[in-house]
This record gives sequence, C-alpha cells and structure tokens, in this order.
Amino acid sequence: MYSFEPSEEQKMLIDTVSRFATSDLRPAAHDAEENKELPRKLISKGWELGVLQASIPEAYGGFGERSAVTGVLAAEAMAYGDLAGALAIGTPGLFALPVLLAGSEEQKKQYLPPVIEAYWRAYTAALIEPSFDFDPNDLKTTAEARGGEYILKGEKTLVPFADQAEAMIVFAKLDGATKGFIVLKGAAGLKVGAEREKFMGLNALPFFKVTLDGVKVPKANLLEGDFTPVLAAMRVSIAAMAIGVARAAFEYSRDYAKEREVFGVKVAQKQAIAFMLAEMATEIESMRMLAWEAAWMIDKGHAEAGKQAYLAAIGAMDMAMMVTDRAVQILGGHGYIREHPVELWMRNGRGFAMFTGLAIV
Amino acid sequence: MIDFETPEKISGVLTVINTVAVNMMRPVARYFDEHEHEIPWDYINFMHTAARAMGGSSMAPSEKKEGPRFGYQRLASMIEMLSWGDAAMYLDTPGGMLGSAAVTATGSPEQRERFLARFRGETPVFDAMCMTEAGAGSDTSAIRTTAVLDKDESQWILNGEKIFVTAGHKALVDSKGFIVVWATIDPKAGRAGMRPFVVEAGTPGCQVTKMEHKLGIRASDTVSIVLQDCRIPFENILGSPEIVQAKETAGFKGAMATFDATRPLVAAQAIGLARATLELLKEMLAERGVTIRYGVPRQKLTTIEKDVIDMDIMLRSAWWLVVKAVWMMDNGKPNALESSMSKVRAGDVVNKITQKAVEIMGPLGYSREYLLEKWFRDAKISDIYEGTGQINRLVVARQILGYRSSELR
Repeated sequence: MYSFEPSEEQKMLIDTVSRFATSDLRPAAHDAEENKELPRKLISKGWELGVLQASIPEAYGGFGERSAVTGVLAAEAMAYGDLAGALAIGTPGLFALPVLLAGSEEQKKQYLPPVIEAYWRAYTAALIEPSFDFDPNDLKTTAEARGGEYILKGEKTLVPFADQAEAMIVFAKLDGATKGFIVLKGAAGLKVGAEREKFMGLNALPFFKVTLDGVKVPKANLLEGDFTPVLAAMRVSIAAMAIGVARAAFEYSRDYAKEREVFGVKVAQKQAIAFMLAEMATEIESMRMLAWEAAWMIDKGHAEAGKQAYLAAIGAMDMAMMVTDRAVQILGGHGYIREHPVELWMRNGRGFAMFTGLAIV
Repeated sequence: MIDFETPEKISGVLTVINTVAVNMMRPVARYFDEHEHEIPWDYINFMHTAARAMGGSSMAPSEKKEGPRFGYQRLASMIEMLSWGDAAMYLDTPGGMLGSAAVTATGSPEQRERFLARFRGETPVFDAMCMTEAGAGSDTSAIRTTAVLDKDESQWILNGEKIFVTAGHKALVDSKGFIVVWATIDPKAGRAGMRPFVVEAGTPGCQVTKMEHKLGIRASDTVSIVLQDCRIPFENILGSPEIVQAKETAGFKGAMATFDATRPLVAAQAIGLARATLELLKEMLAERGVTIRYGVPRQKLTTIEKDVIDMDIMLRSAWWLVVKAVWMMDNGKPNALESSMSKVRAGDVVNKITQKAVEIMGPLGYSREYLLEKWFRDAKISDIYEGTGQINRLVVARQILGYRSSELR
C-alpha cells in the first residue's frame, strides 16, 4: 500500500538531524570552507546523533537495524545543513557499512565495534580513481591472489581523512569483479599523499590521493560479499545528499527573492523568477520520490534496486546542478559573492557527478 | 511508513485493464486516429459491460468506506494503464470523468446520487466539463456565460458559449449524460460569482455547435456548446444552496478543488502515454541491436543510452509525483501544491519523451507505420488542458511563495 509518510521513529530522527543541521552545521559551513577545516567538536556532536550507530545491529556494537529509507531521510536532512559536515560525520560509515553489507560474520564482529562504540574516529574507504572514465564496476585498481594474500595495485583519489584513518576499505578489481579489502593503517605499500588534494568545493574536508603500491592484504581481509548492494547504497546516499543541498539552495533563493525589491515589487513576484522556483521545487520533489523508491527497494531486497539507485543518483545529480545554478542566478551578483552560501552549494552541486563513494547510508 | 508497493486491489485491476489495452485499444488506435469523429463503440461497450459486471459503475472514485481509502490511487493507476493502451481512446471511457469529478468534489450527497446514478444503467453514459470560453482560457475568472435565477419558476437560465469541451458530443448527443457548466451569477463579481451547474442531455437551449479537428487525441471529440436561454432546475447548481447567496469565492474554490482532484488524473494519462512510448522505443532499439547499459557511468554511454536513461528517470519520478498527489487526495491531505506539481512534471515529461523518441527513431519515428508519431501528437494536449504547464507553474509558485493571486499574477 502506497505511503509517503515516514514512520514516527523516522520523523523523530529527521527532526533531530534537521535541528543539528540548521543550528550547528549551517552556521559553521562558511568558515569551515574558507579555513579548510571543520571543527572536530562539530563532527563529534554530529556523530553523537547516532545515525550510523542506529543502522548497525546490537551484536556489532550498534543499536539498530539498517534501513536505507531511514538512511536517505537522515542524509538529506544532514546535507541540508552542510555537505562537507554531513560527509565528515558519515565518513566512518564508508568503512562500517561495506563491512556490514559484504563482510563475513567474523569480520563484522572484529571490525564494527571499534568503529561504532567509541567517539568519532577516522575510518574511511577508497573507491574513486583519478580518471575521467572512472567506473566503480570496472576499476583500474587490481587485486591479485598470491599465496595466502592479495596484492593491491592502483591509485585512488578523493579519499577522506586518509591521513589519519585507522583502517580503510580499498575497492579493487578481483577476477573481473569489484571487491572490498580491509587495509589497516601503516600497511606496507599504502602511500597516502603528502598533501591534501585541492578541489573546487568541499575544502573543509581533508581529501588525499592514496597509492597502493603492491599492498599485501591477508585473505581474511577480503569482503567476500557482492559489491552491488554496496554501490546501490552509495548511490542512494549521494542522491539523498544532492537533494538536501538542492533544498538548501532552493529555500535560500526563494527567501531572498521574497525580500529583494525590484521595479517596485519583490523579485519573487516576477514570473521569470517565480517559474524558476516552481520548477526547482518540482524537480527536488521528483528526485526525492526516486531516491525514496530506490532506498525502499534496497530494503525490500528488490532485484531492480541497483538499477533504481543508479537512476536516482543520476537524476539527483543533474537536478542538484540545475537547482544550485538557478539559486545563484536568482541572487544575481550577490549569488556570486562568497558571503552568501549559494555559490558554495553550486560548487557542491557540480561535484555530485563524481561524489559516488563519499557517502553510504 | 514509506511504502512503494502497489496495493493488491490496484494490481488486480491493472492486470485486467492491461488485457483491454493490448487487445481492444492498441489494434485500433491507428484507425481511430485516421478516422476522426468515429466512435470506438466496441471499446466503450466492453468497458461499460465490464464495469457493470464488476459491480462498479463510474470511473469516479467511490464514496468513503471503512478502512484505508485508495479510490483516487486506483483511478490514477487505471487511467495510466488505459492511456498506455491509447491516450485518445481512454478519453472515450464511459462512466463519469471530469464532470463527475466536479459533482463529486462540489456536489451534495443528494446531487451525487441524482447525477451519478445514470452511470450504473444499461447503456454507456458520458459526462463533460465546460469551463473554457472564447475569451476565457486559463483565466477562468473571465467567464462570461451567465446564470440568471428565475424565482417564479425556480429555474436557472443559462446563456453563453463554451468551447473545447472534451467528450461533449458523447455526453449530450451520443448518450443521456450531462455537462457541468461553469457560469457566473454576477458578471461584475469576477471569481466570486462563479458557480457550477449541471445541464442534462436533452435540455432545450443546449446545443453542440462544432466539432474540432485536432493535432492529436482524435478519437476523443472536442466540441463547442451553445447555451441559449437554457433552463435548468434550481437544484442543479452544485453544492449547498447557501453558496448561491455567498459573496465569497466559494464557487471558484469549488473549481479549484475540482482541479486538485483532476490534475493528477490528467497527469496519469500523460504518464501512461510516456510509458508506452519509452517501452516501444526500447523494443524498437533492441530489435536493431541497441540495448541500454544501466549502471555504467555516463562518460562511457552512447547518446542514445543517455537519452533513454534520462527518459527512465523522468518517467519514474513523474509517476511518483502523481501517486503522491492522489494518495494525499485519498487521505484527505490538502494537495493543491502536489497536484499542480504532478501536472507540470507529467506534461513536460510526456512531451520530452515522445519528442525524443521520434527523433531517435528518425524516419521510422516520423512514419505513420508506427505509433510513435501519433503519440507525439497525442502528448501535446497533456501540457495544455486541465491547466497549461504555465498556469500550473503559477499555482506551484504561489503555493511555495505563499502568495495570493493578486501578489503573483
């Protein structure tokens, strides 16, 4: 039976996350971007909301059950505050959820509690590769079985907190399929770039290149499970965050247009602007439906979930570009000035096309 | 709890309707496109008989019963599937359409029984909604058709001309149906004077004067209707008698409430047509060795693959906007915003998809040997009737900005 109303529990979670996003993340976003640093206190506070913890079962140190639907609801609410903050808070999930989804019972028991039980610590994942035709299902990074080990070779980019990570999941191609490997801090041949990577946006986050120069990984560190559900989860997460950023940009430009006077009326009273806003709102709602559906299919174990998540991610990234661009346009010259957040959101908006792998819920 | 599962009561009906679409609509869709103003009686009679056999009568959603309500959700799904069969022939479905929607949305229980009972009879019956006039399209407050009360006879006297009435001929000439006429009881009052009136087939002074020749949806008649000293009973004004005197915009609000119900249904028609197009396009491509590689990054895809994937995204997301709008309707949640959003989006989507499909298939798309070119022509109406894309954008904009119509014209 169709329903588009979150459960009471989900509503409470959205409420909590939204309050944090609005009163903590958003006010800190500008300075974090300019100073290229997110206050650690902010990350800790966000971590304590327990979004990730609630999606890990008690047996592994968490206090809940994973639900992709709950995940996308939380992801949108968090990214609405600030994308960099949302990604930073969720970074340990990049390690924990692939273990939960594709790991063995022993791996879950061994690796999940340390991530989940304590304060926020850097655990991360390396998926994205520095090439224009990067394809998560056709990685250039390879894993080769040799003796009782796997040898990883390749280059990764956009690995958050790689410099301080206790451990990371490295995704590599093994016998033609993408697999995750648990790589611990200080593994021989694991080279984290000496300097942070510089990007058009997300400057508040420390990203690094990671080179895998024949890293030896024990057999026991292979996540044997299928990569498909992991990728599907990554795609809906990025879709949900794109929706959150787009909603932020939409609301900001809408409110601005209702304040700003032009030719004796408010800007929003001009159809040229009002129609732009109407289309932005419609597109956001459309893509939210698509992301929710994909997440719902993931939770149902639906055979088409992966395809649906792919469609949701593509749809949401295009929508986020369109909406954030228009938000800047509606503010005009003011939109181009870094005092207003819309230009940052526009830089984020462009980034969603390459962000798959930076979040997973 | 968020749920995208199609309710069993809907999926069961859809299986039946799919059979109708495949066997009774698709094979004759081209014929009725090329023989404008001929009526697909086989389809009509079958649908009428089937509805009677199932204990139903009208397409209009049934009254409130125990348990969860999903009348509008069911209706939208049926319309989607029928329009997948043929969007033009769907408009010939007997048993109450937009006129009944107005009766349901604004009429009293007594009126609902009096006007809607006819759909349960032995022969198929149609209704129609008369809003547009030569000088009043999207601006419905400019309506000039008048209704004057003759107190002695307790009758309304209607005068004016309505145009672009969908299925008006079937409602008045081909069956003993009715039309809902929006007229003003006070031409100086603007919207405040607008009221809906039911005019039954055979009423003297009410005449179909013209049948239009159209770009598409040719299996459906679109007519002009002249009302000349057309007398109807006092009780045929829809709604409680008090609104007759009310100086407020109750009448206009009634029209708008009707639109809240009908816009997602018109959007559902667009979605069905868009789905048919996308499915046929994929089939035609597959026959020619082109399959779509879902899951592959866009940088690696061909232009055709990218186009088709964009169509998938548009179609699916637009459909859920429709479902959400009717779900809200069924659950008594105000849905003016969602209703117009779904119409904006579906109108866009069906046109983009049909236009692109014809382009991709090149001369095959343009050829009347295939249905793609017909669907391209049928699609355009979805961005025009029941509020153009622009009017619906205006409604959405007013809602999100919290503006009255005087603040955003």
